[in-house]
Parts: sequence; structure tokens; C-alpha cells
Amino acid sequence: MTINFNKETFRGDYSFHNSEWAIKRFPFPFHEDSYMYSVNMEQHSGGPAGSVFENRFDVDEHYVSEMEDRAMVLDEDPLRCQSLPHMTLAGWDLLELIMVSKSEDYPDLFQLYRDGDKWRWVNKPLGIDDSFTFLDETTLPYGPMEYITRQAQGDFCVLDQRNDNLWMDAGMVTTQADWSLDFDIGMNFFEWHAPVPLAHEMGIFQRALKFLLAVKQGAPARRLNWTMTVNPLLDTSPENYHKWGVQKTTLTPENIGKKQHLRVELQSFFRLPRSNGLVFPIRCYLIAFEDLVTVPKWGRRLHRVVRDLPVELATYKGFIDNRPLMLDYLSQYDDGLPTSPGVFPDLDSEPPLAK
Amino acid sequence: MSKRMQEALKFMSKFQFPDSIKSRPVYGTLAPRAGASHLFVADAEGAEAILDVAKQDPSIMARAHIIYIPKATGTTYSDKLAALKPAQLYIGPSYAAAVPRLRRVLSDMQMNTQVYLTGTEGLMGQAQNEAMDAGIPHEFIQTEHRGSVARRMQCVHCKGITEDVMTDPFECSHCGLNLFVRDHYSRRLAAFQGVRVDAEDPGNVPEKVELYK
Amino acid sequence: MTAAPQKTRPGPAPIDVIVRDIVPLNELVTRFEFARADGSAFPPFSGGAHTVIEMQDGDILRRNPYSLMSDPADNSHYAISVRRDDAGRGGSLFMHNKVKIGDKMRLTYPVNLFALDLRAKKQLFIAGGIGITPFLAQIKQLAKTGGNWELHYSVRSHNVGSYVDELTAHYPHQTHIYYDEEKNFIKLDELLSGQPLGTHVYICGPKGMIEWVHDTANKMGWPEQNVHSEEFKAPDPGKPFSVTLSQSGKTIEVGETQSLLEAIEAEGIDAPFSCRAGACGQCETTVSQCDGTLIHNDHWLEDEEKAAKTKIMPCVSRFEGNTLVIDR
Repeated sequence: MTINFNKETFRGDYSFHNSEWAIKRFPFPFHEDSYMYSVNMEQHSGGPAGSVFENRFDVDEHYVSEMEDRAMVLDEDPLRCQSLPHMTLAGWDLLELIMVSKSEDYPDLFQLYRDGDKWRWVNKPLGIDDSFTFLDETTLPYGPMEYITRQAQGDFCVLDQRNDNLWMDAGMVTTQADWSLDFDIGMNFFEWHAPVPLAHEMGIFQRALKFLLAVKQGAPARRLNWTMTVNPLLDTSPENYHKWGVQKTTLTPENIGKKQHLRVELQSFFRLPRSNGLVFPIRCYLIAFEDLVTVPKWGRRLHRVVRDLPVELATYKGFIDNRPLMLDYLSQYDDGLPTSPGVFPDLDSEPPLAK
Repeated sequence: MSKRMQEALKFMSKFQFPDSIKSRPVYGTLAPRAGASHLFVADAEGAEAILDVAKQDPSIMARAHIIYIPKATGTTYSDKLAALKPAQLYIGPSYAAAVPRLRRVLSDMQMNTQVYLTGTEGLMGQAQNEAMDAGIPHEFIQTEHRGSVARRMQCVHCKGITEDVMTDPFECSHCGLNLFVRDHYSRRLAAFQGVRVDAEDPGNVPEKVELYK
Repeated sequence: MTAAPQKTRPGPAPIDVIVRDIVPLNELVTRFEFARADGSAFPPFSGGAHTVIEMQDGDILRRNPYSLMSDPADNSHYAISVRRDDAGRGGSLFMHNKVKIGDKMRLTYPVNLFALDLRAKKQLFIAGGIGITPFLAQIKQLAKTGGNWELHYSVRSHNVGSYVDELTAHYPHQTHIYYDEEKNFIKLDELLSGQPLGTHVYICGPKGMIEWVHDTANKMGWPEQNVHSEEFKAPDPGKPFSVTLSQSGKTIEVGETQSLLEAIEAEGIDAPFSCRAGACGQCETTVSQCDGTLIHNDHWLEDEEKAAKTKIMPCVSRFEGNTLVIDR
């Protein structure tokens, strides 16, 4: 398939934009008119044609620019990509997983040639053509995890499975919603989720961990998570919070449609065969409010979700102060009409905005 | 010192930490356990916890190595620790100075070694890392908090560690930013996380409040 | 989420294989080697993983887990070794007596509940009898990466010492063999003293041996995080009982040597499973009605859950009483 890759920035002049195609396939995360935590896992084995769920690792128009932004983040702060010594084998597992998946799902863009352990990887959009020996780090310009995740959209947490728990022992984290790999590396599942309000008491993490420990090779799972970001900034890291935090105070009724973005994470979970680890890709999708409301169902629903969200969640997700402004804007797109269950827009059947 | 004062001091030196989030360490009470050798690392009032363990099982002292940093307690505990007759006793001026010795001792230790850490959170966190690097799982290392409740804080922005933090907010001793104190704790860094307190409203820094008040 | 609703399967599709070789090693143990039916490569796996073999033995559909003993890096074939158990439920007898080269079978994707801790500075393997199998794969894996390991392998006699010759020939310095018939036993106290920090111990063998090592290590002051074990045991037999499956309303009988899971499967119901030994949690089933006693033989449920009678692990647990209704 041909994808026209955008030339855009996720910082500075923020020239990021979504085409009509990107807007229509956006992974809207709310299947009903309110939101509360749940262990909302399902099998990651395909989805509707053209959707972000169809392929194992979705590639879209933002691919090239996102990878350029990642390279800039890493130049500024190499600590965003770390791998504890015992995790190199898991890194090779991830490299194989991404190379095999992408070359099969996007054969026009990615090619993988294998002759025993002699491999050749061609990445057309990024102009890469590298030959190397599988399992021999000296034949790659970076460690295997860093090498392949510099060519894959979204963050990657590579988890070691030990003592009935998961340990964040490696990762490439440059598009995170306000957490630090450098701080969290080495923590277990409950520890790295410690700052999330309410969920622990609800038993969410105990159930999620049981599920994840049992994810099998060949049967990956996925779920959606979400938050809000002002400006299409991918690098909303705690490290740079002292630089981007103040952007939240620049919203006005005139600019909120353009600047306020819904940020959705498509999280997936794959068992890694040689290391028995688990990889947790976190793929970040951004959409400006003014683009989101062009889908009537989403406009109606987002208003209701934001309005009724418990104050602890709105605070933890960082938009409590801007909520009134957001509701002023979104209420224009909520005519009170009912919305259908499920996340997909019903473009043919839903009524246009009656306002 | 009178017996009453001693009891009062003991009660005061063991702080009741409020309930917190899942990454915040929870300390226990040291107890003697079976093992081929016993390694104690302590600072200041942590010596009291060692004395308590020895009372429960004096026999482990024959195979014990005590590394002790008195800090402001001076000589209050040194004689008492010596009187336990541990196989080895080191009394040093600072944790940093003790690290080479600690690493050397750990490099020879065997799997059935018991490790006991007691005193301030900063000492316990850092010593725990040394033991983990040597190959002891952290769940197996005993810890008991005694004495100061000051925290080691990592500035998430410049990565510098500020020692002995007792207020919220505080100034990063490396880059000077005003940081608020989080309970989110990294075992690997042996520090809590500090984040800029006035990021969304530069210059608006709240009054300092003492920790746990 | 219902982003792309699809039927949740119990796991990935099984792998179709043909038996490519059958190698008797001694009077008790035979090795079976499998090639993929479509000729493609097998999935890679981590040493310690097992697969569950599906065998059609007349009317009975058997599913038995076996450790993969082949080299994890060799994806041309998978190999298992099966110890014949004349007093067992029939799975090993089926393998030994009925399976022929060229037969078609199905295997599950590998699952590892006995993985190496890759941070270990030394891996210490303790094997009893057929418990040697997972270590064979792990040793091949470590030999490639130059890992530090040692094997202590207890066998009944020279006659039934499976793979002893191969191990002592390839790894003479790391392999230590103990023959019961010579009254030569592992000196566990000595073995567990003096191990350097960062040593991990792994035991695979009879239940008694596993308990012995765990208890001894505990008494000597080893952290339990450093002691790993895997036991493949067949589900305990018990009195036959009836159970009602609430999704269909059918009431079925569970035979004396048949597990509840097997009885459900015999009805053609696709119930989730993985280890089939009560350890992994995959087959956890809700109990909607229990007028009687649940006999919990698993290592998965918490004590409160067992007492509450709201859950059961059908791969190993049973029931005695009047009425049992489960959500399948």
C-alpha cells in the first residue's frame, strides 16, 4: 500500500496534522458515554480493513516524522532508551518480531531476507538497507532493541517475567504520557503503576497482571488508554515537564480547537519466545479537537466523557485546570442525541450535529 | 542515660510512615535468620535495631560483619556494638567511604548470607543496591527504618540527587529548580522523584512544609 | 473495548506435526522427534518451555504436557522424551505403544513456566529421572551464550540413565551423575553451601525431590526467589462425580482417572488451558453453585478463593457432593 508520509514537526512550530484518512481511522477509545478503568484487554489478531488494529504494528502517514522526532529526543537525552544487561536477548526477540511483522504486513515498505543467521533488512521509508548477523550485537550500529525501535512508531517497554511479576528492565520511551523510563526501569508491574489513582484499589492491576503473565507466543493482546495533550507534542516526558507544562496555560476559546489534542495509546502485548519476556508497545495517536468533532458521534461522546470524568482521573491525566475551557468548546458539538455503543464512527448512519 | 530516656528514644527513633503508593518502600523489623554469615549495614540510630537482633539471637554475632556509620550519634552506640563481639566491626565516617569495603565483602559472600539494613532510607536504599548487584534478591534483604526521615531525591529534570531532603518543596542541589516531593520511589536509584513545582506557573513556589507534618 | 470484537480463543492455534523419529533410549524412556506437517520452521522457544501434545487414543482425546528437550535454536524439529508409566493414566503408554513414525499429531505453541533467570551469575540444575528433559534444552541454550552452569543428575541405575552418556561426553566438567543403585545420592547440604551470590537453583523431578530441595534451601537461608522448580504430575484421580455446565445446561460425568478439564473437552467444549498441572491459572473457572466439597489440587488459587468455593481449576481439581455447577 502506498502511504504519503507527512513532513511535519511535533515541537517548535508544531506543523503536525492529520489527513482525512488519518482522522477517519483514529483509534477513538470510548465505547460508551462515560469512562472508568477496566481490564479492557482483547486479542490482537487483526481488525477492520484499514483500521489501526488491522496489522501487528500499524504504520501511518506520521511514520517518517515520528522517527525523526525520536532521533532528536535521543540526541538530547540518551537515557530515554535503556536496557539492563540481561535483556539483550529480549531485544533480539523484539527485533525479529518487528522485522517479520512489518515485512509481512507492509511488503512494499519493508523487506527482510534471512539466510540462517545472516539477515538483511530494508526499510524504504527511512532509506535503510542493513545486513547483520542475528544474535551478534557487534554487527548492528546499536543494541537490537534500540536499533529496531528507532524504526518503529510508539514506545516499547520490554519486560522480564520473573517471580510471577513483570519487570520493566528495558525500553525505548520517547512518546510517553508523563512517566520516566530512567526512573522506572527495574520496577515491577505494581511499582511502575504506583502513581495511578483509584485503579489499585479496584484490583485492576492484579487482574491485568494475571492476564499478562499468561499471554502466549502467537496470541498477542491489546487495549486502549488515553489522555490529553496541549499541542501535538509527543515528548511529554517528566524530564521536560519544566518546559512543556506551561503550554497547558496557553489555551484560549479561540485556539483550543487547534491546540487541544486527544492522545490515545494503542497498547499491545506480545510474548517474546527466546527470552520468555513480554514486550509492551505503546503506540501514540494524536488528534486535534477540531478534527475529532468532524465525526458527530465522537464529538457528542467526548463531551460527555470529559464532563463526567471523576476529578481524580482528570487531575492525574493533567487537564483538570483546562476542563472548563474544554467543556465550553465540546458542548457545541453535543446536541444530546444518543450515540451507538462501540468505538467506531457510524459515518453512514449517524445523524449530523443538530445544533 | 536513664532507662526511661532510653525507652523514649527508642520509641522516637522508629517512625510510623503514613500509607502510600505501591512504589514507596515499606520497612519491617529485623529478625535473626538462618544463614552462613550475616552482614549488617547501619547508620546513626540503626544501631539500636542491630542491638535488638543480637538480643534475640546472640549466636549470629560470631558470623556477623557490621558496617556502621554513626553520623551525628557520635560514640553513643559504638561501644555497645563492639560489646556484641561481632566477627568484624567497621565504624566509618560516611556511607560513601564505606562503599569500597561493602563491595569487597559482598564479592566473597555466598548464597546463604543474610543481609540486614537499618537506619535512614538513603543508606538502606543504596546498600540494598550493592547487595542486589552482587546477586541477592531485594525481597530477601531485611530492612528496618530508624532515625531521620530525610529523603534522597532525584531531580527528574537534571538527574542530580539531592541528599537529606526534609521539606516540600525543596531546591535541587545541582540545577537549582524548585521541586515538589513525590512518593514515587526508584529502587535502582535509591531515591524518590522530585518534579518542578512551578512548571505551569513559573515563579509561583509554595511555602516549604516539613515532610510528614 | 470492543474495538474489533472477536471470539476470544484459549490461545494460538495448535501446530500440526508429523512424527519424524522415535528413539528408544532405554527400557523406560523414548525420545520422539517432530517435524512440522507443512515443512515450515517451528517457533523459537526458551529452554524450560513445554508443549502439550494432543493424542487421539481411540475414543479418548489425551492432552499431556512434555518439556521440549531439543535445542531452542534449532527450529527444524521439536523433541520430547517420554518415560513409560505402566501404572499411569495411559498417555505415556499410548506414546510408547501406539505412536509410529509418520503419524500426525498436534502440539501447542511452547509455554515456559520454568524459565531461566537471565540475571543469574550461575545456574545450578538438579534433575531427578525424567526431570532431566527441560535442562537438556536449557543447557544447549547456555552452551551457545557461554553461561555458567552445573548439573547434578540423579538416576536410578546405569540402565535407565537417559542422556547420561551424551551429557558427560559433551560437558564433562559441569555434569555430575548420581546412581541410586550405587547408593550415590546428591549431597544437598554441601551443594547448597558455598555457592556464590547470584546462583539460581532449578529442580525438576519427583515431588519428593522438589520438596526436599526447597526445604533444605529454606533452612539454610537461601532466598526463595532463587529456587525454581517444575513438576509434571498427572491430575490426582478421585471418585467420579457429576457436574453441570451452565452455558449449555448439560450435566456430565467425570471419571475416576479423568480430570474435570478432560471431561469438559470430551464434550467438545473449547475450554482454556495451558500447563494442565494446576500452576498457571489459565483454566480458572467460576463455580456458580457448589453443594459439596471442592477438592483443590492446584497451586494457583489463593486460600481465600479456595475457601469461598467460587472458583476451581479443572485441570487438577475435583468435587465430592451433591451439586456442582460451573461456568463453561
